Amino acid sequence: MSLLEIKNLHVSVQTEQGAKEILRGVDLSIRSGQTHAIMGPNGSGKSTLAYSIAGHPKYEVTEGEILLDGQNVLEMSVDERARAGLFLAMQYPVEIPGVSVSNFLRTAKTAIDGEAPALRGWIKDVREAMEALKMDKSFTERNVNEGFSGGEKKRHEILQLELLKPKFAVLDETDSGLDVDALKIVSEGVNRAKAAGDMGVLLITHYTRILKYIKPDFVHVFVAGKVAEEGGPELADRLEAEGYDRYVSAAAN
Amino acid sequence: MTTQTPLAQDAQHGLVAHGHGAELANQPTYGPGSEVPIQTRSQRVRSTKVADFAAVSRREEQWKYTTSEQLVGLDADELAEYMGDIQSKHSEEVVTSWVGPENAAFGAAGIPEDRPSAAAWESAAQAYLVTLPANHKLETEVQITLNSQDKTPSAMHFIVNALAGSEGTVIIDHKGDAVLAENLEIIVGDNAHLTVVSIQDWNDGSVHSSAQYAKLGRNATLKHVVVTLGGKVIRVTPTAYLESPGASVELLGLYFADAGQQMEHRLFVDHAAPNCRSRVTYKGALQGKNAHTIWVGDVLIRAAAEGTDTYELNRNLLLTDGCRADSVPNLEIETGQIEGAGHASASGRFDDEQLFYLRARGINEPEARRLVVRGFLNEIIQQIKNEEIEARLLLAIENELARSNS
Repeated sequence: MSLLEIKNLHVSVQTEQGAKEILRGVDLSIRSGQTHAIMGPNGSGKSTLAYSIAGHPKYEVTEGEILLDGQNVLEMSVDERARAGLFLAMQYPVEIPGVSVSNFLRTAKTAIDGEAPALRGWIKDVREAMEALKMDKSFTERNVNEGFSGGEKKRHEILQLELLKPKFAVLDETDSGLDVDALKIVSEGVNRAKAAGDMGVLLITHYTRILKYIKPDFVHVFVAGKVAEEGGPELADRLEAEGYDRYVSAAAN
Repeated sequence: MTTQTPLAQDAQHGLVAHGHGAELANQPTYGPGSEVPIQTRSQRVRSTKVADFAAVSRREEQWKYTTSEQLVGLDADELAEYMGDIQSKHSEEVVTSWVGPENAAFGAAGIPEDRPSAAAWESAAQAYLVTLPANHKLETEVQITLNSQDKTPSAMHFIVNALAGSEGTVIIDHKGDAVLAENLEIIVGDNAHLTVVSIQDWNDGSVHSSAQYAKLGRNATLKHVVVTLGGKVIRVTPTAYLESPGASVELLGLYFADAGQQMEHRLFVDHAAPNCRSRVTYKGALQGKNAHTIWVGDVLIRAAAEGTDTYELNRNLLLTDGCRADSVPNLEIETGQIEGAGHASASGRFDDEQLFYLRARGINEPEARRLVVRGFLNEIIQQIKNEEIEARLLLAIENELARSNS
């Protein structure tokens, strides 16, 4: 059983006008096996939270803590965080020319596990995970994210999630740009990974439609860099009906 | 748009020396002997006589980056003949021989356009000729290894003659210690399909000026690969003359410059016939203080070259502070009736987002950098299609990177 705690997190980014505070005191606790949906309007700081957990250098934590089983995540480098069990499925994964998917996956698996996977079992694992995500086997020969369609990029992120088996996965708008079929396939991948490893999920989304496939235990509404309201799955239904207007006008006042 | 001068066109074919005798009436108003530097690529002097070339000077565009001092004697009037080791590995049907200027292949691909090349032409009495038989596909590569142990300024002349309908690969490997001016002529006969790989993997301190001229026949294809890894000052000038319709050339290059190394690659693609295609892709990595690379890509589309399709690209990855990459694409177009013409050039540091992505998957920073550089250069390596060379180049890149991480 693992625990990811975010306490009073304040995060700034550098802009031409100087430092701008995006997160203004976020508190969240996620346990293994739980799914937390982070919902909110554009610009509320959802992606900033995701990247701050992963350790992107653009985001500066000015106050607060992130703890993984009591260990200070903020003191870890980006790759140390990944090896400690944190995974970020990115909204816009970058292309890495000349690096094949198969080479990349094996290198990442070796880095996470601290040893190279046994070849035969690994090839089988990759093949099965790809079949489940309805990815063609020629995919592994392609260069990472190069020329991938939006849907292929997301499947590739979830493929990594299934193979790397993190303790906690942060999914940053994984549903954006997916049609209904692809959304279903990708969601099933998340659910499989969750079931297999008792993984905790932080699901960041603007829309409620992915929550039909990945059932949240908790819903947090993000507005202006803070959690404005928390509740169970029923809160998502209410957002579906009412939108974010209520929170946004409250924050403006 | 530029205006074509008759003199330059005349000088293009055969062993025409100009600036002498009867031609004095046509004394150029640009270039050597004039106060005005040449204005277009086709105006450049072409001659087999070193005396026709002015001293190496920054005043001329082609010597903007390399000084006479750096050439340590390769721009002299006379050079020694190359006396070092030459090993040639090939199947029986390939013929190799030493030939003089009386041989029809001698000078058939192109003649010098700069002083070290002319010095090498005059100083190397004979050329090492490799002939690929007509209408025959070679199953194994021709491998020529030049292993020099001597830094006397020397001259070498190679000719690769791929007869009509032939198909094959020729690899020329340069190793050891040398101060060498070299001419490599590449004749690709009608309907022939040739790959030529020139590897510059000299020991530290070597200086090499290599002029490589390719002439392509009707519907011929040439894949020309330059790999430059070792040496102090390396200057490779590949030229492709597309003078027969339907010819297609691919010029690929890879270089990795360390502290104190200068690697210059100057290309010229001369589209003189209709419906020819050219692609240029050069990629380089640099690291360390005063690592300097220069890439100049000249493409000329002459008035007759309707239906030309050309694109050139140069990318440089600067791995540390203190290095410098110059990248200069030039396109001269004399006809609007073309399929396409373009170029791209970019030099930059590591892409932080690429590193973040890899590190977010647990891969530590040195390993992530290695992956990115290897991937960056892999695009060229994958094109060579020779496992032994691929493995050797990957190892060489690993060694370079290990140096940067130490």
